[in-house]
Amino acid sequence: MEQQTYAIEAEGLVKTFGETRAVDGADLTVPKGTVYGVLGPNGAGKTTTIRMLATLLQPSAGRARVFGHDIVEEADQVRARISMTGQFASVDKDLSGMENLVMLGRLMGYTKPEAKKRAKELLYAFGLGEAAKKQVKTYSGGMQRRLDIAASIVVTPDVLFLDEPTTGLDPRSRNQVWDIVRMLVDAGTTVLLTTQYLEEADQLADRIAVIDQGKVIAEGTSGELKSSVGSGKLHVRLFHPETRELAKQVLGRKLGTVVELASDPSALSTWVNDVNRAAHAIGELEREGIAVSDFSLGQPSLDEVFLTLTGRTAEAAETTENEETEAQG
Amino acid sequence: MSKNMEPVDQREALQSALASRERPPKASPVSASLTFGGRSLLKIKYVPEQLFDITAFPIIFLLMFTYMFGGAIAGSTAEYLQFVLPGVLVLTVVMITMYTGVELNNDITKGVFDRFRTLPIWRPSVLVGALLVDLVRYTAASAIMITLGLILGFRPEGGVIGVLLGVAILLVFSFSLSWIWTTLGIIMRSEKSLMGASMMVLFPLTFISNVFVDPQTMPGWLQPIVEINPVSMLVVAVRGFMEGSAAMADVGWVLLVSAVLVAIFAPLTMYLYYRK
Ligand SMILES: Nc1ncnc2c1ncn2[C@@H]1O[C@H](COP(=O)(O)OP(=O)(O)O)[C@@H](O)[C@H]1O
Ligand SMILES: [Mg+2]
Repeated sequence: MEQQTYAIEAEGLVKTFGETRAVDGADLTVPKGTVYGVLGPNGAGKTTTIRMLATLLQPSAGRARVFGHDIVEEADQVRARISMTGQFASVDKDLSGMENLVMLGRLMGYTKPEAKKRAKELLYAFGLGEAAKKQVKTYSGGMQRRLDIAASIVVTPDVLFLDEPTTGLDPRSRNQVWDIVRMLVDAGTTVLLTTQYLEEADQLADRIAVIDQGKVIAEGTSGELKSSVGSGKLHVRLFHPETRELAKQVLGRKLGTVVELASDPSALSTWVNDVNRAAHAIGELEREGIAVSDFSLGQPSLDEVFLTLTGRTAEAAETTENEETEAQG
Repeated sequence: MSKNMEPVDQREALQSALASRERPPKASPVSASLTFGGRSLLKIKYVPEQLFDITAFPIIFLLMFTYMFGGAIAGSTAEYLQFVLPGVLVLTVVMITMYTGVELNNDITKGVFDRFRTLPIWRPSVLVGALLVDLVRYTAASAIMITLGLILGFRPEGGVIGVLLGVAILLVFSFSLSWIWTTLGIIMRSEKSLMGASMMVLFPLTFISNVFVDPQTMPGWLQPIVEINPVSMLVVAVRGFMEGSAAMADVGWVLLVSAVLVAIFAPLTMYLYYRK
């Protein structure tokens, strides 16, 4: 085995479709054995990026290597080490789950009995044992997604690409997919996943690239991204809503920051840079006779990170995009 | 720890399934092609209606052309049957090849093709496998038409061997022609435009030919056009085998045209397939 530190290295990847610059100079470096999250709203260029890395699309410019193999020049070597689960089902919906996995096992080089054995093992492990003989089109969204991931690990790949693996899934199925991803990484696979969900990137990814309009606008661990925004937000809830104005003045004076009033009439919040000063400010509230029911110093959410980086919320970006798509289609 | 209530042994099963890092040797081109062929056969199992074209067309075409034209062209339907059956067989099978492209066009937009394209397999196996199953379909269509023909009084002088050789060369040509449809199947955006384009190719190819009448009866300017038509060459060869009078040159032309079709359209299809 080669001793690369990085599973994926991409430099200046560009993909244009006519006038559209779907991906506009993306750089990505994914350390081996980690989960890398590509986070961005609809239309940001996530699918296009992942399809280039998975050898499905040729970049218009730039280059990328997967385990040291160039995705264009050495596509075959790349294909031998990767698997991809697309944004929309990449299994054959007309066949049964069993038939899908046996077919893929055969294509990966297993003999028929080996392919059947592996298919059974995977179907059971993914909780699809009972549906094994049913056509995939009769499966629920969560089942299809699990089968799709099972199909990607008929032979455990070195790199697994997951394009929005949990979009449209109920919370239970989403947790199952997260568990599978974590276990895969424990077993030594590098995972690159795209997501629109800030929480998902936060939960799963060791490093995150935030992309918007085809460009990587921020990169780092979730902690690094958050601290680029500020060390966190102090949330305070009071016993008596009528004391809120006074509390706002006290906090503002003590911390020297802008205090925001929440929609809850007894809650207020502010950005803080220093944990000790925040603790002092809470003490000052007590001394002023303001009863505090609870307070918390939370790290900023990735939502807030996205807002700070792009000037708009992920949801807002998403809605505009959805409207555009509807208008087109 | 997980919040999902999977039974413990299932989690263990998942862990052991994921832990396996076994890598089987790469599948051979033949094995990969046969696996894709198996996929097409499974589809027929789920949607048997797709056999309609290979069962109904041979029967309808043979009855229609024999009884409609027989009296007028050859004086008697029995005599015309001897002449027209090889031609109608060619016409029918060549028409059916079009469905290869339609199938591919339907199929290729599905997500599973993305998965196929990221597998480390012999690249053309996806298409070769599908085309192999199509050969089975063409064989079935031929068998149905020849059986019906025998019932109606078709008596090929070339005997069993002649008929089999005739079908064989028809299959070779059809396989080669199919690569045009796979190319179009990848280029065309919709099934409708694909059907339109295919018809544009197929109608002149099958009708400006010697399928129904001897080119000698046609106006002089038309004869060279008809004779240079590959379908006419194929009909001459198939008739030759079935009548027991095949000429090497006729067979050679068909094989040459087939080789040229594959040489151009197979690489073109593969190029487009991986570039899309
Ligand atoms: N095949 C294509 N032809 C034309 N435009 C495309 C194509 N694929 C994607 N795009 C455009 O490229 C941009 C990025 O798309 P995509 O990579 O699918 O984004 P995401 O996966 O982040 O939602 C979008 O504006 C989309 O409309
Ligand atoms: Mg996408």
